[in-house]
Amino acid sequence: MTPAETVAQAPAVTTARPVRPGLFACTVILLRKDLLLEWRTRARLNALVFFGICTLLMFSFALGANAMALREHASGYFWLAILFASVLSLSESFRVEQENHSLDGLRLAPANGRAIFLAKAIGNTVLLWGLGAVLAPLSIAVFDLRVVMSLFTLAFIMLVGSMAISAAGTFYASIASNARARDVLLPILLFPVLVPVLIAAVKATTMVFEGDPMNQMESWLTLLGSLNVIYWGLGLVLFPRIIEDL
Amino acid sequence: MPSWVPLVLLLVPVGICLALPFKRDLLDKVWLVLAAEAVFGIGVGTYLALFSVPPERDMGEVVRIFAAHVPQVQNALLAVVLNFGCSLWFLIRKSWVADSLAESSAEVGLYLGAVGTALGAIWAKPTWGVYWTWDPRLTSAAVMLIYYAGYLALRRFTDNPDTRATWSAALGTFGIVIPVTVYKSVVWMKSMHQVQSSPETVYPQLVTAFRFSAIGFLCLMIVFIYQRYRIAQEQLKREVAPPEALGAPQGAA
Repeated sequence: MTPAETVAQAPAVTTARPVRPGLFACTVILLRKDLLLEWRTRARLNALVFFGICTLLMFSFALGANAMALREHASGYFWLAILFASVLSLSESFRVEQENHSLDGLRLAPANGRAIFLAKAIGNTVLLWGLGAVLAPLSIAVFDLRVVMSLFTLAFIMLVGSMAISAAGTFYASIASNARARDVLLPILLFPVLVPVLIAAVKATTMVFEGDPMNQMESWLTLLGSLNVIYWGLGLVLFPRIIEDL
Repeated sequence: MPSWVPLVLLLVPVGICLALPFKRDLLDKVWLVLAAEAVFGIGVGTYLALFSVPPERDMGEVVRIFAAHVPQVQNALLAVVLNFGCSLWFLIRKSWVADSLAESSAEVGLYLGAVGTALGAIWAKPTWGVYWTWDPRLTSAAVMLIYYAGYLALRRFTDNPDTRATWSAALGTFGIVIPVTVYKSVVWMKSMHQVQSSPETVYPQLVTAFRFSAIGFLCLMIVFIYQRYRIAQEQLKREVAPPEALGAPQGAA
């Protein structure tokens, strides 16, 4: 090959460099990776479902055979079961990244910090929503509930609620998973910020089972929606700063 | 005494706080003035509330505790909002002043909030009949205390100053949701607790005593935060600086 030919080939070499995926593409890739990892073992999904069912049944044992009280507070137990289970799911989603320092690898890849947040939060939303889909029919059967509104409304409330839990939870799990007392720290930090979510989701779910004579559903859903905007927005802005400093 | 008299006292802390950005070391000299004003304000407020205000028609003698309960919780919320401001300040431009201020305001806010909540519980026993009820305002206040206790716990559990500052700044920024919930809880949800007090809604004879006490507690909060801030700065210096820079004997073996 003559030197002139080498020079002529040079641009071809530069264009062959891999293109860095944008935020959306990067999120999709990372989400696929997370879900694939989960699907191969299904350990987290099993743990979540059985933990959720266990919590739900524990509430009814703790209250004794008072069917009236159980029915009245069923949506509260339902959301508490999801909330307790979410702690397992969230800490596990960052524990897998700490084995072999994979989070460092991801950042060197280089993956966008926001994409990592979005992928983790969406992945957790999917898992929690799936857990809700298992727990909802179970609560309806166990607590003897009547569905007054449509099941689509219930599915929508579950989706918005799990989104809020996952966004705030992903943010706090990323901090807590690296501190010394991680198992204690995550619930202490996460549950207080989730109180408004819990109130709104429980109220809205209660209306699905008991009807909505005062037309309050819309305002509770608005509150849930605005909390989602706050949590996802703050998470997107702050998360890259957190993983920078790990 | 007309009820505007204590408002004159407000000029001192507000003036000092407005001058602080221009003269950073101002508090080193004048913090004793603020401390004196805190003692004076709280003293006069407590005296008036205990001895000069007549018992209220419905609540009777218990109403006097408001002169201590409301200012403490107000200042706790103020300290927590300051924590949010400092956290944001740290995230935007990495300033150690902001980090130390955030730590001290969270600690002082936690203290004032805990004492204020306890006083509220003491007031609630004769009035509502119970110390504690799962009312939105009370619950959200308790949740705020837990959150900032968690914030301080995270600071203790993290050894690296850089990491600690960034993480706690992120927590402080995220945490603004909670004081807003506490403040708005009486409006958003059906609550036994009365809505935010204003001079028109509180017991009229108590207003003067209340204002003295509120301004006293404001000065107390500033003094507490200032002193805690100095400790935090010293700790940071110790952590970041090498031992010789701290005046350790060199070559003494």
